[in-house]
Amino acid sequence: MLMLEKRAQPSKAWVYAAPILAVAITMIVGGAVFAMLGKPPIEAIRTIFYDPIFGDFASYSRPQLLIKAGPLILIAIGLSFGFRAGIWNIGAEGQYIIGAMAAAGTGLAFYPMEARWLIFPLMIIAGLAGGMLWAAIPAFLRIRFKTNEILVSLMLVYVAEAIQASMALNLLRNPDGHGFPGSRNLSQYSSSANLELIANSGIHWGVMAAVTAVVFAYFILARHRFGFDVRLAGQSPRAAGFAGVDAGRLIFICMLISGGLAGAAGMFEIAGPAGRVSIDFNVGYGFTAIIVAFLGRLHPVGILIAGLLMALTYIGGELAQLSLGLPGAAIQLFQGMLLFFLLAVDVMTSYRIRFGKTE
Amino acid sequence: MDFSSINPILLLASLMVAATPIILAAAGELIVERAGVLNLGVEGMMITGAITGFIATVTTGSPWIGFAAAAAGGAGLSLLFAFLTQILLSNQVATGLALTLFGLGLSALLGQGYNGIKAPEFGKIDIPVISDIPVIGPILFSHDPMVYVGIGLIAGIWYFLKYSRAGLVLRAVGENHEAAHALGYHVIRIRILAIMFGGACAGLGGAYISLVRVPQWTDGMTAGAGWIALAIVVFASWRPWRLLIGAYLFGGVTVLQLNFQAAGIAIPVEYLAMSPYIATILVLVLMSAGRAPGSLGKIFHASR
Repeated sequence: MLMLEKRAQPSKAWVYAAPILAVAITMIVGGAVFAMLGKPPIEAIRTIFYDPIFGDFASYSRPQLLIKAGPLILIAIGLSFGFRAGIWNIGAEGQYIIGAMAAAGTGLAFYPMEARWLIFPLMIIAGLAGGMLWAAIPAFLRIRFKTNEILVSLMLVYVAEAIQASMALNLLRNPDGHGFPGSRNLSQYSSSANLELIANSGIHWGVMAAVTAVVFAYFILARHRFGFDVRLAGQSPRAAGFAGVDAGRLIFICMLISGGLAGAAGMFEIAGPAGRVSIDFNVGYGFTAIIVAFLGRLHPVGILIAGLLMALTYIGGELAQLSLGLPGAAIQLFQGMLLFFLLAVDVMTSYRIRFGKTE
Repeated sequence: MDFSSINPILLLASLMVAATPIILAAAGELIVERAGVLNLGVEGMMITGAITGFIATVTTGSPWIGFAAAAAGGAGLSLLFAFLTQILLSNQVATGLALTLFGLGLSALLGQGYNGIKAPEFGKIDIPVISDIPVIGPILFSHDPMVYVGIGLIAGIWYFLKYSRAGLVLRAVGENHEAAHALGYHVIRIRILAIMFGGACAGLGGAYISLVRVPQWTDGMTAGAGWIALAIVVFASWRPWRLLIGAYLFGGVTVLQLNFQAAGIAIPVEYLAMSPYIATILVLVLMSAGRAPGSLGKIFHASR
């Protein structure tokens, strides 16, 4: 009979091994699913994980990798603070949308003025502020009324989607668009465009921001008092209370960090790769970032790697869709599976398996 | 704008229909949470039930088989959650989220080729005599069977929790799993059964959306109903009858905003569409939640 025995200390080795093992199992089981769909499994896995970087069209897909990884990493870094402290902001998708709407509104308000030095920074601030504002709602309600932040932040995603639809149809609609929904193209307006900083590299301001966030998060978590408070509150809320950590303040700051970064990610996306406000501007980065945060062990460097990997499944998934006719939903399933297997394998981090008799 | 086009009798009758998926899903989650498990994957189980039920109905032509398949689909998916959280002791919040993301992907994959097909009609049953009573008849006694199944489920759960021995054991497991374990109850086994029941109910709720309310299949069609069901359980303070009130309140807001849209009120459609979600938030804030089951969301491991 197999038994689980709690380890005195979480296993260091398994902390690193679990994500790698989870990816490996996902590839195997994912391959089996692809085979059931009548697609060649090995070719499909190669198309998803290998071709985007080393394949024939890699010069096209490699920049895409960074474009997709940027927002994922930025959002996941923000989420990791709250998740570490036991604060579950799962409405990053909504904060991402509102940040993008605030930034787009700011940029379009100045159209067609040419003042990049003013407009672009203002849009970043608007994105941050929009995301923070949207995250402040569940934070405030949690602190003041003890309302469950999971449910409120999630409900606000649907509200944000409705606002986005309204913006695309009414307020921010392109006046020269012949009545079609959607705003002017922000990436074609030189004062607001979030362009590639190095041609064909995929590196735009959002990618720079993501890398900066990784570095900052690393130092805050490892060296700053706030990072210590976050870890303490997550591991033992009672001990944190005795140590003088203000729980309400911690909730608020964690929510604002995640909301702000998600909003900023929305800003970089709408001013660059997406370009314009449309009904279907959001593509679920806010939810995928949850997987990224866990897969990266809530650690900044881990999130950087996990973000790149998850971006790879997006790009590779698109390639597989084109070349093998693999359905888009299969990739979504694949990403969900990854989180499942990670959580399953994770049991080994805090427990060891013993062979013995049940008592 | 023309408010006279809104028929109050039809409004109340459609309220019962709009509330039914939430009632079904929330009733299941109530049992799960009373057993001390927080399963945030309701949305994922609902959408899986919606598609398995839809496929079974389209293939066999029988909505009843469809609902059975939906319950099986939801319960099957919930087994994944049960295995991870009860056997492998994973974090329930994270696993629930994973279940939702996985369920959305799985349903989209299964649902390929079913977009745009109309489900066979699920007939209403007019209860003789009483359905002919003016006003009350069309509101209460002229619905499809699942509306009554939902209400019956609530009554059954109420009786189960309050008067049956098994209900008492379930509550004990949810309130204090260490004590229940010490008394010799199989905490893990009871919880797995509760989770499966919750999954089956969520599946039924999802199938009600794809087979009766819409009745069609589109990707992601549950549109947050699972999350609203979770909110309603909190609103209800984990008590069955209050759950019914919460679901009708939500159904009322949903139906009212749809009627306003049809009546051409001056508020843009997008803002009306967000009202059920805002109403849910308001309800969560205004109704200070009752006491949650003592062991809710905590991991049980018999080593201690």
